[in-house]
Amino acid sequence: MGRLDTQELVIDVPGRASGRVLNLCLAPGQRWGVLGPNGAGKTTFLHTLAGLKAPRSGEVHLDGKPLARLNRRRVAQQLGLVFQERQDGFPATVRETALIGRHPYLSPWRMEGGYDLRIMHAALARMDVAHLADRLVSTLSGGERQRVAIATVLTQSPTIWLADEPTNHLDLHHQTAVMELLAEQAAAGSAVVMCLHDLNLAARWCDHLLLLYPDGEACWGPCSQMLELSALEHLYGQRLATADIDGAPVFVPVR
Amino acid sequence: MSDADLVHSVAPRHWWRSLGVPLGILSLAALLAMLFSLSVGSASLSLMDVWAVLRGEGDALSQTLVLELRVPRTLAAFATGGLLAVAGALMQVLLRNPLADPYVLGLSGGASVGALVAMLAGMGGMVISGSAFAGALASTLLVFGLAHGTGSWTPSRLLLTGVVVASGWGAVITLMLAISPAERLPGMLYWLMGDLSYARTPWPPIALLAIVCVLVMPLGRSLNVLARGPLQAAALGVAVRPLEWTIYISASLLTAMAVTTAGSIGFVGLVVPHMLRLVVGNDQRLVLPACALAGGTLLVLADTLARTLIAPEQLPVGVITALLGVPTFLYLLYRSR
Repeated sequence: MGRLDTQELVIDVPGRASGRVLNLCLAPGQRWGVLGPNGAGKTTFLHTLAGLKAPRSGEVHLDGKPLARLNRRRVAQQLGLVFQERQDGFPATVRETALIGRHPYLSPWRMEGGYDLRIMHAALARMDVAHLADRLVSTLSGGERQRVAIATVLTQSPTIWLADEPTNHLDLHHQTAVMELLAEQAAAGSAVVMCLHDLNLAARWCDHLLLLYPDGEACWGPCSQMLELSALEHLYGQRLATADIDGAPVFVPVR
Repeated sequence: MSDADLVHSVAPRHWWRSLGVPLGILSLAALLAMLFSLSVGSASLSLMDVWAVLRGEGDALSQTLVLELRVPRTLAAFATGGLLAVAGALMQVLLRNPLADPYVLGLSGGASVGALVAMLAGMGGMVISGSAFAGALASTLLVFGLAHGTGSWTPSRLLLTGVVVASGWGAVITLMLAISPAERLPGMLYWLMGDLSYARTPWPPIALLAIVCVLVMPLGRSLNVLARGPLQAAALGVAVRPLEWTIYISASLLTAMAVTTAGSIGFVGLVVPHMLRLVVGNDQRLVLPACALAGGTLLVLADTLARTLIAPEQLPVGVITALLGVPTFLYLLYRSR
């Protein structure tokens, strides 16, 4: 089981004097959405949860143990991160790219075996990119690359999913497909945390929300309490209109 | 994709098929190149003669020629080429920049200045080698220290520091050539373009090449992950900073040893890894040993040509590596997808 706790955590956003102390519990089965305007620290928060960025103060605990003192390879077997930005320094095929998700499980001398390849292939098929397996990633469209990135984390099969704008570049159908995948992971006992720009995806697919304000303030709680029109208008500095469609609230910016 | 394709692509990849076949072909090529290098020269021997000498037979003249002159030089050429190519491949992953090369980072500049100072002072072979080694390591520390600065270093900062330090060394070298007495100039110029006739015993570079290949092999998959950026690598459980240090120090040692053995031979470290990437793909577990073999083969062939084309005069081997490598590389680049 994967469970993340933040204890007296203050994330380190450059140029910000201080920030709200975060005491969150991200439990298995929960789907957290992180919302906030540009520069509010969503990505910093996610990287801090993953142990890739040191917090200004406080600690992140993975299953009750401080993350910073755990073996990185062990952490990588439990915790997967979908990055918002990716580098491809050298040309690599989709197959090779997805296969690096198995890295944390293999000892230095071992090659990837049939088991790893089966997991990788199932992940490619799940993300609808199996037909691109032999293509170079650099020749793919933005949305296809995003799906390859998610397939890579699926190959890593973590019990904690941290996804930084997982629906970036995706068409409407694949946005829904990715959200279904994340919901499925949560239903199977994973903790899922995703940074989102789309309020409507958050309202439909998350059960908990963390709102990050540009001044470092933050508030969090179950979705039903957080989706207050006035709070969201304050968060984005934008007037919104809302209506219920298909059982979930929908927010539209208005002039 | 049909079901048959799916089953095929999911079948386990056998290590001997993905690694064994290309490495086998390259080993064979290396062996042939070395035999060729042993048999040609001022006095040509047939392959049978060479084989006889290697088995401990043959006449005394052939024995001296092959065992005391050609074998050490061929082995030294092989080791130097291998060291340079592996160092180049490592640097390219470290800096995630296809233009990275041990020489771009100022290593050969430092080594050259060291060697030229020793030559200007009228010193002999061992001192020149030692001085070159010291110059390469000093340059490594200088570049790394400066790139580190007061903050953390990034690939682009390290690359820029290296390039600037290298051009500084370039100016010092030109200055030294300008003020050197005329009779010392040819030796200096040959050293600067690479010259294996300085090679003494081939065993230190060969041993270093073997050791580094064995040590780096288990790091191959981590290097594959690091090539996708330090954050992605850290997220997949790679200890990024220790790995980067290991690569930098190994690549520097390899280059220092190569420069000490054969002077400054450009081009091998840049081109051989790219050629191999175009042909065998980007898996460092295959690219690194393949670099050792292909770099060695290229330099053995180049050195053979260098000492036979206008015999009894010798050409600087760096000229030949460039003349062989440039068209091959351009051709591979042209037809790659």
